[in-house]
Amino acid sequence: MSEQERIQRQRTERANETASTEVVADPSKGDQLKADLDELLDEIDEVLEENAEEFVRNYVQKGGQ
Amino acid sequence: MVDQSSTLVPASISKPMAVAKVMGVETEYGIAGGPDGDPISASSVIVSAYAQKGRASISWDFEGETPDLDARGRTDFTALAPVVETHLANTVLTNGARLYVDHAHPEYSSPECRTPLEVTLYDVAGEEVMRRALEAANNVLPVERTITLYKNNSDGKGNSYGTHENYLLRRDVDFGHVIRAMVPHFVSRQIVVGAGKVGEETDAVSQRECAFQVSQRAEFFEEVVGLETTLKRPIINTRDEPHSDAERFRRLHVIIGDANMSQCATLVKLGSTALLLAVLEQRGVSHFPPMPSFPVEAVHGYSRDTTLRYAVACEDGRSRTAWDFQDDLWTLAREYASFDGAAAVAPPDQVEEILTQWREMLDGVRDDPATVADRVDWVAKQRVIQGYQDRHNLDDGDVRLRAIDLQYHDIRASHSLARRVGLRPLFAEETVREAVHNPPPSTRAFFRGQCVARYPEQIVAANWDSVVFDVGEGPLQRVPMLDPLRGTRELTSELLETSRTASELLAALDG
Repeated sequence: MSEQERIQRQRTERANETASTEVVADPSKGDQLKADLDELLDEIDEVLEENAEEFVRNYVQKGGQ
Repeated sequence: MVDQSSTLVPASISKPMAVAKVMGVETEYGIAGGPDGDPISASSVIVSAYAQKGRASISWDFEGETPDLDARGRTDFTALAPVVETHLANTVLTNGARLYVDHAHPEYSSPECRTPLEVTLYDVAGEEVMRRALEAANNVLPVERTITLYKNNSDGKGNSYGTHENYLLRRDVDFGHVIRAMVPHFVSRQIVVGAGKVGEETDAVSQRECAFQVSQRAEFFEEVVGLETTLKRPIINTRDEPHSDAERFRRLHVIIGDANMSQCATLVKLGSTALLLAVLEQRGVSHFPPMPSFPVEAVHGYSRDTTLRYAVACEDGRSRTAWDFQDDLWTLAREYASFDGAAAVAPPDQVEEILTQWREMLDGVRDDPATVADRVDWVAKQRVIQGYQDRHNLDDGDVRLRAIDLQYHDIRASHSLARRVGLRPLFAEETVREAVHNPPPSTRAFFRGQCVARYPEQIVAANWDSVVFDVGEGPLQRVPMLDPLRGTRELTSELLETSRTASELLAALDG
């Protein structure tokens, strides 16, 4: 089997794997990702600069390279 | 009898080899605040604050700097040659890096490294250097003059500043081939390693409003090839300033790239590019996918379509999405690594890791972006922006979304959003702390950094390819380092260990 064929086959196999994981997608992983994002969104206002308007307006840079 | 020996050499032995991919990354940080609101003084405060933390301030030696030389073999008098500012704050660090004021930004130029993983480590160490410098500066500034730093590339108002990559290349590679081979990668790699941006800010051709882009830098590129870096930025920059033996080497100066907060993205950005350059050196240009017919439009269009369906016409008459290009280029790199080993880029296990990450990130951005939100900056950022927008029912143009974008790149742990989105780290904190102080072992950066650490009082200046000593008697003495692969720990540690003073070192080098 040529290298080209081998790589093609690896890629086809990987594509199949991807397809099969989509079919039996682990719902807990998707839920976990969503939970992590929700948690971040819950606390983000405590981290964000207090005055978004002023913060964004004042952020002006001289161009560089 | 005719000597046949030259024709008896098998092609596999006589074919050209890729040169070791010595590489580095330079990052101009965004800066706000400071003693008088002027970004140049604020940047100087940052650089000086770090220099005063127990290290000598060392001048940059501008001997040999030729930023106006053009790789196409001519001097371009129509272009504005880059200006070298010689009077601004500058220091050389014990890890071999340069920390200085470039234009109106503090810049960290990593030491020369031997592998993509190593340069990723020294890029992360640069963030830590900036964090420490910021802390030292803010300790002495009144609270209303506090400085903040951002590892990003645009202010959202049409001003951009760069993250440049540098790769060692063989001098005998035709520059036309570099252009032909690398344009497809430089226009398309953003879908894997772009840092993401809310909105748009230049007059780049636009058919519709764009709420979120894949890349920070993409819309600032206006030319395919050119010498400039601050105006009419080109996809391929032709600055021909090798900082090494110009007979043997080029330095490809890549200005089209985003600063990454994701370490995996930095690794893949450097790793994929280094692999493809090695393919070019070793196998030639003919294996590369065709050029897009209009590369500048491709860069802009790919950045503006986060669904990744945008396709452009190519010189073979077919059209390709950015994903199509990356898929072809990955395959090219994969085959090269399998056949030729890619030793010019990294040891085998690292090459495999680069190819695996590149592939997963590429498939992920198309098939299920959430699965690569721990590695792809633009995906990580977009999820937060989108989530916040949905939760609070905000318009695309809401200023709070721009604030989240900026704060993704804030280098303070207390404010950084990139630290809170679950990006996968590649290095232990201890490893990063080591890299803040110690140079990489396998390039001339080792000798530079060690000299700065051991003989700071005797070094008056340094640059990429030399160190200049003043030992108090006689003229200044320059130690040239024209080969980036010499001056390594293996070659110089014994000499450095046994030289108690700079004079002893110079005497030993003379002997």
